[in-house]
Amino acid sequence: MASYPASYKYTKEHEWVELSGDRGKVGITDYAQQQLGDVVYVELPEVGTNLTQGQSFGTIESVKAVSELYAPVSGEVLEVNAALKEKPEVVNADPHGSWMIVLRLTSAGETGALLDAAQYQDLVK
Amino acid sequence: MVPFGGWDMPVEYSGIVAEHMAVRTRAGLFDVSHMGQIEIAGRDALTAVQRISSNDASKLSVGQAQYSGLLTPAGTFIDDLLVYRLAPAHFLLVVNASHIPKDYAWIAEEIKPAGDAVAVDASARYALLALQGPAALDVLQPLTGVVLAELKYYWFAHGEVASVRATISRTGYTGEDGFEIFVPPASADRVWQAILESGRSSDVIPAGLGARDTLRLEAAMRLHGNDIDETTTALEADLSWIVGWKKDDFIGAGALRDQKAQGVRRKIVGFEMLDRGIARQGYDAYVRGGSAPAGIVTSGTQTPYLKKAIGMAYLPVEHTAIDTEFDVEIRGRRTRARVVPMPFYKRQK
Repeated sequence: MASYPASYKYTKEHEWVELSGDRGKVGITDYAQQQLGDVVYVELPEVGTNLTQGQSFGTIESVKAVSELYAPVSGEVLEVNAALKEKPEVVNADPHGSWMIVLRLTSAGETGALLDAAQYQDLVK
Repeated sequence: MVPFGGWDMPVEYSGIVAEHMAVRTRAGLFDVSHMGQIEIAGRDALTAVQRISSNDASKLSVGQAQYSGLLTPAGTFIDDLLVYRLAPAHFLLVVNASHIPKDYAWIAEEIKPAGDAVAVDASARYALLALQGPAALDVLQPLTGVVLAELKYYWFAHGEVASVRATISRTGYTGEDGFEIFVPPASADRVWQAILESGRSSDVIPAGLGARDTLRLEAAMRLHGNDIDETTTALEADLSWIVGWKKDDFIGAGALRDQKAQGVRRKIVGFEMLDRGIARQGYDAYVRGGSAPAGIVTSGTQTPYLKKAIGMAYLPVEHTAIDTEFDVEIRGRRTRARVVPMPFYKRQK
């Protein structure tokens, strides 16, 4: 089982975000990929899309189910990980290394509501 | 684990893709004990089966099985089933778990005019394991005295597996060679363990409901509740081959003969996606350029073996020719698909 990096923040919807200044790199957790099973398709937004916290920014599809991806914080999409289009299965192999989007945060106060690694691990225990 | 027809069932053990590939390349072991068993016996058992089952059971020898439909008078599916001829006047019907009470009530009532025949819900007396894949014969043979190589496809034999009384049937729901093994529930775990032990050197693994669904879809086997139900007829489902056209009257015969004479208005097709995306059950289908939905997807997945997004859908019959392109709406977006022949996967013999 992958460990949950202490430097990341987490949401109850099973996204992680790695914050660095006003940037946030976003992916889904190991728990999420385990629940989904084999990922076959990741649909991500266009660069420049403005998201509010909790808004759906894309979908992730496994053999058995489709799930929405939710923005952990508000922000503008600066980058999307185009490599996931061709190799979506890396989300299973390396969930905490497979970022999906990079956001420029537009509402700094929101990060306080995120979970730390210990809180998140309690949630999914 | 997920609740499924009153059972707690594993969707996956090691992962749908790994299990699917194991069945295509080696073998996988499924616990399908949730399936229902209804027995029909009595002097007029054949007449009774002929009335409620769409296929022609008079063609069955003792020791042989056939796929069939349990149809409404409109020719639509109450359920689909396998019919086993245990003895000249004794049949075993294997039905879907979620429909056991409904099927049993229907059958018990509808066989009354047949005369001397009685139906019994024997589901509690059977556990059912399915060993499926090219290695299935070699894995199972050391555990049984039944000569498996002599058992033809859709035939069965009684014997023992791992010293447990068993009926071994060369059938399955994966499009692969394999066996379904009926055993007493109290001994099921022992047989399960013995098969896995025998299969250890060929890397046989347990497989769950998830892989069962992707495998049956590659093999284009219909799933009741998805591809067939009480709104779709055997002809619309392109299952004319399980209709005993030449036999005497049976439930649904009149409607099917009428529909055959007039032609169906819609029909099931197999499709593969041309654009990225998976068309899933319930998604709307559109003929090219059409503004209103013209059909509906009934099954769809990304197949682990073929590595394509495939599925089945009902379309207006004039749009069902092979290579016809149509669109499926996936989360608000029109996504291109193409009609292809079924099955999507056919094993090498």
